Amino acid sequence: MEWFIAKIFAKYNYWVFILLMMIGFYGIVAKDNLIKKIIGLNIFQTAIFLYFISLGAVKGGTAPIVNEEIIRKGYVYANPLPHVLILTAIVVSVATTAVALSLVIRMHQEYGTIEESEIIEKSSDKGRTWT
Amino acid sequence: MSSAVQHFPVLVVVVSLLSAITIFIAGWINRKTACYISIATLIGQFIGSLFILHHVMTVGPIYYRLGGWAPPWGIEYVVDALNAYVLVVLLFLGLICAIYSKKNIEHELPRKVVSFYTIYQLLITGLCGITVTGDIFNMYVFIEITCLSAYALIASRGKIALKASFTYLVLGSIGACFFLLGIGFLYAVTGSLNIRDLSLLLPPFYGNRVVLAAFVFFIVGLSIKMALFPLHTWLPDAHAFAPAEISAMLSGIIIEVSTYAFIRVAFSVFTPRFLRLLPIFDILCWLGAVAIIIGSILAITQVNLKRMLAYSSVANMGYIVLALGLSISARTAPWGGLNPALMHILNHALMKGCLFLAAGAFIYKADLWYIKDFQGLGKKMPYTCAAFVIAAISMIGVPPSVGFVSKLYIILASIEARKFFFVAVMLLSSLLNLVYFWRVIETMYMKRAEGENHSRASHEAHVHREEVPLGMLLPIWVLASLCIIMGILWLANVPTPILNQVNSMFGLDMRP
Repeated sequence: MEWFIAKIFAKYNYWVFILLMMIGFYGIVAKDNLIKKIIGLNIFQTAIFLYFISLGAVKGGTAPIVNEEIIRKGYVYANPLPHVLILTAIVVSVATTAVALSLVIRMHQEYGTIEESEIIEKSSDKGRTWT
Repeated sequence: MSSAVQHFPVLVVVVSLLSAITIFIAGWINRKTACYISIATLIGQFIGSLFILHHVMTVGPIYYRLGGWAPPWGIEYVVDALNAYVLVVLLFLGLICAIYSKKNIEHELPRKVVSFYTIYQLLITGLCGITVTGDIFNMYVFIEITCLSAYALIASRGKIALKASFTYLVLGSIGACFFLLGIGFLYAVTGSLNIRDLSLLLPPFYGNRVVLAAFVFFIVGLSIKMALFPLHTWLPDAHAFAPAEISAMLSGIIIEVSTYAFIRVAFSVFTPRFLRLLPIFDILCWLGAVAIIIGSILAITQVNLKRMLAYSSVANMGYIVLALGLSISARTAPWGGLNPALMHILNHALMKGCLFLAAGAFIYKADLWYIKDFQGLGKKMPYTCAAFVIAAISMIGVPPSVGFVSKLYIILASIEARKFFFVAVMLLSSLLNLVYFWRVIETMYMKRAEGENHSRASHEAHVHREEVPLGMLLPIWVLASLCIIMGILWLANVPTPILNQVNSMFGLDMRP
């Protein structure tokens, strides 16, 4: 039981991030619908963001706005750097999603479907062999 | 001049970004300006990169602090011999492709000229950013900028290219996420993101499991980006259905710059000492060998020329990875250390750039995609076909072409490392190269076009040449002639001081 607490509960943030990552990965691999694939990709990326954010957390830490009062009273504060990194990574992720969604819209215009298998069936130009 | 060169690394990136915006605005007013602005910017960047290379070789590495913030807190741009070399290569091919695309894009995507050049400049921004940055998170952001631009450019043709682009997007994002996760692990251990700082902080933690996991995530993430077998599945479609110059950039530069990122992570963030602790580079050798064989065999089975070239890229990434794998065991100049890998980065950019641009010329003139339709092309488009043949024999490895030099040095390196199996792999791959390129050359020159008159005299009279415009022919021929010239220069050891500096920087000093 002690082992269980030490490995699972004390480090639950890591377990959650791995679990979420695998859920996202399953979505990417197993779903035929392209929108669901994009959702899977988003879950995958968000899991990694959660890992970074939990990395910056400090027990009992306040927001990392350092003023004289915080220094005088000796408050601890969360590490702001991972949060800043993730702000950038979120922007990247939004851009990726935007490009992916616009690709899906164009594919829907071309093929009239957003199921991957149907698109593969309908596309047979320019010597494309799908094997 | 020397003090001005200090600012060039950041200028290369910023000028490119600003020109993307300028093209977009100027394109609203007059869309014909787009390609001229792009070409002018790239000429400026290319000259700038030559100055950087000269400065690095004569004075030493350039350290540029963005906003004056001292590292490791601020972002730092570091340019040493390795970056400077890759920067020159990428801007050179970028310039060639921009010149080529003036005619080609007007023909292929007449309504998207402005957006094409805008995104093209963003692509160049991202690629320059990956090469000059000295901060690993910054590198991640630039990798994503590069790939996002690449997704859009691949999809620009519509239809099947959309599917290809989507596959690349999903796999590329997973790769980038793995890279990000690796950064997260390293940050958790060291609390730093600066590459120079990391290389100093990491050695005490080399046995740490988090550090090992981080390294594996970096390798897998970047392997997806550089299309290392068996993670290459996005590559053939993306290369085959993109516009010609984007295929050339993808094959010649984008996967090569990912390889640069790989070298930077493996040798700068980690060190050769760390790499010797693990059998990781032996595994890389085997992966490279498998990629060479499978890539070549799959190339033989293709009926579409650009898909064949794409599978040949998979095989060529195998060469680079095999050379990388041998880099820590072979130590004799001129084939020891990172030499063959870095050589092949340039050589592959030249050869594959030329081949893809020539393939684009066939599509431009006659919408020819299938190899079987190339009958009689050698007479119709003699100059393009001749350039194609030069690049193809260079791929096969006929001396004194660049392909020959790469293959020779990889073989010598594997003999020195006493791994004779890879010698056999290299020789076999040359044969396979011969098979798939000879098929194309044979169709071009030996087979008559259908419905053509069999009497020779009237046949000669009927052939009318349909060459592509000079603006497309010139880039193809510059690359084709460089395939031979660079081969002679490599054999004469002219550019080796650059590579020697890279090797000594990573502690891979060589015996003469």
